[in-house]
Amino acid sequence: MKQSITLGKVTKFMGLGFLSTLKSLFTGKLEKEDFINFLRKIVVPIASILLFIGLWHLGAKSLYNREADFKIEKALKDQGPAAAEAMRECIASGDISCQPNTLPSPGQVWGSYKSLLRDHNIISADKAAFKEKTAALNAQRIADGLAAITYTGRPSFIDQIIMSLKTVFAGFLLALIIAIPIGIFIGLSPTLKSAFNWFIQIFKPVSPVVWYLLVFMIVKTILIDSSEDSSFIISFISVGLCSMWATLVNTAMGVSSVDKDYINVAKVLKLGTFQKIFKVILPSSLPLIFTGLKITLSVAWMVLIAIELLAQSPGLGLFVWEEFQNGANDSNSKIIVAMFVIGIIGFLLDRIMLTIQNTVSFNKNDGI
Amino acid sequence: MAYLELNNVSKTYGQGDNETEVLSNINLSIEEGEFVAIVGFTGSGKTTLVNLINGLLEPTKGEVLFKGTPISGTSHERGVIFQNYSLLPWLTVGQNVYMAVKEAFPKKSKSELNELVAEYVEMVSLTPAINKRPKELSGGMRQRVAVARALAMKPEMIIMDEPLGALDALTRGNLQDEILNIWGKDKRTALLITNDVDEGIYMADRIIPLEPGPNATLGPEFKIDIERPRDKTELNDNPSYKKTRNAIIEYLMGIGDERKSQSSEEFALPDLSPKDFVNQFK
Repeated sequence: MKQSITLGKVTKFMGLGFLSTLKSLFTGKLEKEDFINFLRKIVVPIASILLFIGLWHLGAKSLYNREADFKIEKALKDQGPAAAEAMRECIASGDISCQPNTLPSPGQVWGSYKSLLRDHNIISADKAAFKEKTAALNAQRIADGLAAITYTGRPSFIDQIIMSLKTVFAGFLLALIIAIPIGIFIGLSPTLKSAFNWFIQIFKPVSPVVWYLLVFMIVKTILIDSSEDSSFIISFISVGLCSMWATLVNTAMGVSSVDKDYINVAKVLKLGTFQKIFKVILPSSLPLIFTGLKITLSVAWMVLIAIELLAQSPGLGLFVWEEFQNGANDSNSKIIVAMFVIGIIGFLLDRIMLTIQNTVSFNKNDGI
Repeated sequence: MAYLELNNVSKTYGQGDNETEVLSNINLSIEEGEFVAIVGFTGSGKTTLVNLINGLLEPTKGEVLFKGTPISGTSHERGVIFQNYSLLPWLTVGQNVYMAVKEAFPKKSKSELNELVAEYVEMVSLTPAINKRPKELSGGMRQRVAVARALAMKPEMIIMDEPLGALDALTRGNLQDEILNIWGKDKRTALLITNDVDEGIYMADRIIPLEPGPNATLGPEFKIDIERPRDKTELNDNPSYKKTRNAIIEYLMGIGDERKSQSSEEFALPDLSPKDFVNQFK
């Protein structure tokens, strides 16, 4: 008998159960139970999103008014009634020069989002044109053994998202490469465990900022001869070191707490050490290892922003910091756009890991 | 010389003040081809006894001899069927059995091993489920996989630790027959640990009760002189069945009562009477 894979199963597996409710809505097979589900899973979230945007709008408006009143009053106090009147008119006209600088409204944020996309399109077009223009020259330079000329213009918002993702995955990979083998060794040997335990306990709670400084000290010296920009290397190593602890601890725990029944099976079958590790211990600790990896990825994404900001490595963190320093009229709303993008990407990464985790996990009592 | 011999075997857990002797002075000998059942209460140290015989544990005192040589560690010659099926949940039925035969017969080619797996999975009639994982199987099916895994290694002796304890009555009956069938085919030596006297009588040549632990030790043996193949419905009318069954149960209950009477301490209740508080409010 073959197992059928339905949309319902897949979406539920990925933690996106509301999609199947949507499907039954479109196919018109709406039962009473479906209707309640529809209300709960689609109408209620949409309503709460709208409520959130409404509250945000009102809050932003009142902050705007408070800031505007303050500006007018200040003009009145410092320069007299004529200047206050001029300021009032200036603010009412929506002129950029005198806008109150406060929490942007949802509308402004949406506007910034669109302008960032527009900006991206312009930059991409620019890049493509540059590539076309230099194609022949670059081919010539490569043939002559020279480095190709690359585009050195400002990165767009989308480019920075991609850079951030690259950094986080490089860091995640580093964490995985370091933490899983060490975790396995520590889990297998109580001696190694007591040798490493103080190390883990002390370094686990260290803040990302300190990790960055530590990595900076070391990498800077190692790459002292290199003229390359080391900010990417520094930031991904810092991200990896910050986030690897969850995987390390979980792997060690998973390996050291394998069910005694499985160990007995391995003994009765007389599996060799190698076989025992790869056929019994590792598979049975996979669920815990993946729980660790899921935490690692979300921690990596969280600390990434702070580390990029410190390392001046291109990415969302640097974007946020530059916008804050910039202080342009739409800087605040761009920061809020970045905030949502960071949140949504973090959510998606978490869902991807959850899906992988579900595929490898098994119920502990399944074989017993 | 017996096939399997336990001489004055004792097993203690813990050290110093925490030391408890679970088994003491166990003497047991099993001949080749025999089917022996050990019946005992829950917690009487049955699993400890099994682990001493299959090599997972070593005796504190005394010796366990298998074919005349002391047991050290587990061996493919002694197949074990665990109380909880102990299948690896991330492997399919076929893979679980394959893993065992691969270890037992390292010289065989992959196709030979696969044939062997197919043969034994067929024997427990699970061929349709060969590619399923344990979680998709019922309890009875899982235990059949465990049986196939143990037997596919072609052990000389099968050790069963309450193999059917967690199953419902119907599945239990079916599996008892299946195990007996398989045992009957090539008459391997079998040791069955169980808490069910009827199961012991139906399956075994000899029943030995295990007195409850701590300090559990083996009681007098009961021979079952009922012709094989045995029939469950006819068994009820068999006079020797009833006699043996009653004798074993009486023996087990007898020790149970003895234990109870030994440990029954008398507590004198203090002579208390409620305070006459009703009158206070008058």
